Amino acid sequence: MTSSANEAAARASAVSEMGRTIPTDAEVPHSEGVRWGMVVDLDRCTGCQACVVACQAENNIALNEEQRVLERRAKTWIRIERYWEGEFPNAKARFIPVLCQHCGNAPCETVCPVWATYHNREGLNVQVYNRCIGTRFCANGCPYSVRYFNFWNPEWPEPMNNQLNPDVTVRTKGIIEKCTFCVQRINRVQVTAKTEGREVGLDEVQPACAQSCPTSALVFADLNNPESYPAKLAEAEADRNFTLLEHFGTDPGVVYLKKVDPHAVLEEDDHGVPAEAHA
Amino acid sequence: MQEPVVADTKTSNRELLDFVFAWPAWFFAVGGALNGLLVAAFVVVILMLMFGLQFLGYSHPVYWGFLIVNFVFWIGVSHAGIMVSAILRLTQAEWRRPVTRAAEVLTIFSLLTAVQFPLIHSGRPWRTMYWTFPYDWNRGAWPNPRSPLVWDPSAIFTYLTSTILFVYVALLPDLALARDRAPNPVSRAIYGVLAMGFRGTTRQWRIQTVAGLLLSAIILPIFVSVHSIVSWDFAVTSVPGWHNTIFAPYFVIGAVHSGVSAVVTVMIVMRYAFGLKRFITRDHIDSLARLLIVVATVWLFFFLLDFFFGLYGTEPAEVDTWQRRLVEPPWVIIAITFIICAYIIPVPMWMFRAIRRNFFWMFVTTILVNVGMWLERYMVVVPALERKSGLTFTYGDYAPSLSEFILVAASFALVILGFLTFSKLLPIMPAADIKEGQILADRIRVGRANVPAAMRE
Repeated sequence: MTSSANEAAARASAVSEMGRTIPTDAEVPHSEGVRWGMVVDLDRCTGCQACVVACQAENNIALNEEQRVLERRAKTWIRIERYWEGEFPNAKARFIPVLCQHCGNAPCETVCPVWATYHNREGLNVQVYNRCIGTRFCANGCPYSVRYFNFWNPEWPEPMNNQLNPDVTVRTKGIIEKCTFCVQRINRVQVTAKTEGREVGLDEVQPACAQSCPTSALVFADLNNPESYPAKLAEAEADRNFTLLEHFGTDPGVVYLKKVDPHAVLEEDDHGVPAEAHA
Repeated sequence: MQEPVVADTKTSNRELLDFVFAWPAWFFAVGGALNGLLVAAFVVVILMLMFGLQFLGYSHPVYWGFLIVNFVFWIGVSHAGIMVSAILRLTQAEWRRPVTRAAEVLTIFSLLTAVQFPLIHSGRPWRTMYWTFPYDWNRGAWPNPRSPLVWDPSAIFTYLTSTILFVYVALLPDLALARDRAPNPVSRAIYGVLAMGFRGTTRQWRIQTVAGLLLSAIILPIFVSVHSIVSWDFAVTSVPGWHNTIFAPYFVIGAVHSGVSAVVTVMIVMRYAFGLKRFITRDHIDSLARLLIVVATVWLFFFLLDFFFGLYGTEPAEVDTWQRRLVEPPWVIIAITFIICAYIIPVPMWMFRAIRRNFFWMFVTTILVNVGMWLERYMVVVPALERKSGLTFTYGDYAPSLSEFILVAASFALVILGFLTFSKLLPIMPAADIKEGQILADRIRVGRANVPAAMRE
């Protein structure tokens, strides 16, 4: 730990002794402790949307009726974006799951006037619904557009209201919500481990999306633990890992692994050289 | 420019206070119409409070629209008062006298209107205190000092407070005048309390003058800071098209452009509505128009800088935003309209003395400027949020709803109503200041020479 990081930690603990528990992101060194993160292997993703459904069920997300989708007010904490690669007739449909990237240097956190969104000590970009006043500044700031606004109070017709997850808040109108990395599951595992007097297991925490993924395209764990599967995967596949919109410098906690395509349509540059050949 | 003698003290007093004590029929007609519009807006706001913001045109990912545009617009208009009043007072421009009060009052009411908009557009307006007031309340969380939305209220409320003080200090002698001329004991008592015992002694005049000058000087940095901070609402985010270092001066000069134009519009209306033909003359409009030529041109320069900075960066998302603003419909229509309204029509027209001195054409061109400046804010704020680059599923469009049109119309009603009410209750023309100008303008014969009766100390 560097001296400035020491000072930061000391300051953070002094602050928490005063009953203030809000660390700024400068006080959370990402090289220390837990950093929850995800590795998304695009080579495995089939675009089946199981993660979308699982997330919807786990997190009490309001029903996305057709009308909501048409007026672009549907809420999908994780969404499968389809995009086309190449020109017809060689066009290929590609899929990329986009969820909150839990950026280490998040553009949404700095603009929130009431600390409704901040970075916690475990690398999560946390959304505190009770604090949120709905300025929607964070949703404007987010380059991934993964923050969704509640235009009305959500309603579930009978008997769907019976399947609401008791661990998750139902969000009221006028506030922003987004992917939490299933923070309720993380907490449950941590509390269980603590009561049983042991460490949290390597891949014990599973958000709903990762759990439901039939091809294991989404894997979740502590990225700072070199023994965890995602960390190993990200390292083993270092030649094809990337983060989304890297040029924004947001330091995302979600790492993508590029599609492996033996029949890729190689784009040619001005000199007729396939773009891949430069890499 | 030296003020010519237009009326003796008695006539000035009568004509300048005339509207305060008279009740013309049109006052009730206009006031009623404006109130009707306000009631409509009130209904919309109540619906928004009860059922959420579903009545507005927002959708994913365009979460700011007309209301924020309108906020920026009215903050802009509010810059007129201080620009005209404080700067002209400090530079002792004599022609400022009839202009100042109207400009300052316009500042107050446009500021009061502007602050409504960020509040009603937030999802839970009843929690406004949590971000406008720097205190941790019961939450253990102070407002986030890194957020421009926390800088905004402090800048705006400082500006509002100092502007009200500024107006009040200048108003004191006129309140005393109204007290002395009030037709009934009740209004005499009210003006008496407001005048705080101003009797026109030398000491009181000295204090009043010094306070006015000091406030003029103190208010100028606030004036620059307010719109800079409003521009940082956009500039400090990483949104391509907003993320621009030129925004602060660009917004400030744009604000002065629309604000001074609004002052000209208001003065022309006042000249006819309040019967002030003797006091608001072609010379005043002419001077303001000459000021506007400079301001408009500087504003155009900053607009082009904004554009060039966007292009020179060659950041693809930024270039995309500019392409959408200037080339793709419907934005291209708005872009062309705004640049024509805000610069191409008015400024060449103002080059001609005959037009600068023509009330009708000045009225038309200054209205055009404000139409253009409103559209300019719209073009700055919304296209950048549509995110039509990068991730395909976030492509969004914005279509304002009827509610938003009502709210925008009501904001104009609110400003006009505020202005009208002020001029009904208090002297909108600075009678004391004008009379001072008259005295300074009086010339006496000393031997063969014809010299000003009084010199400025």
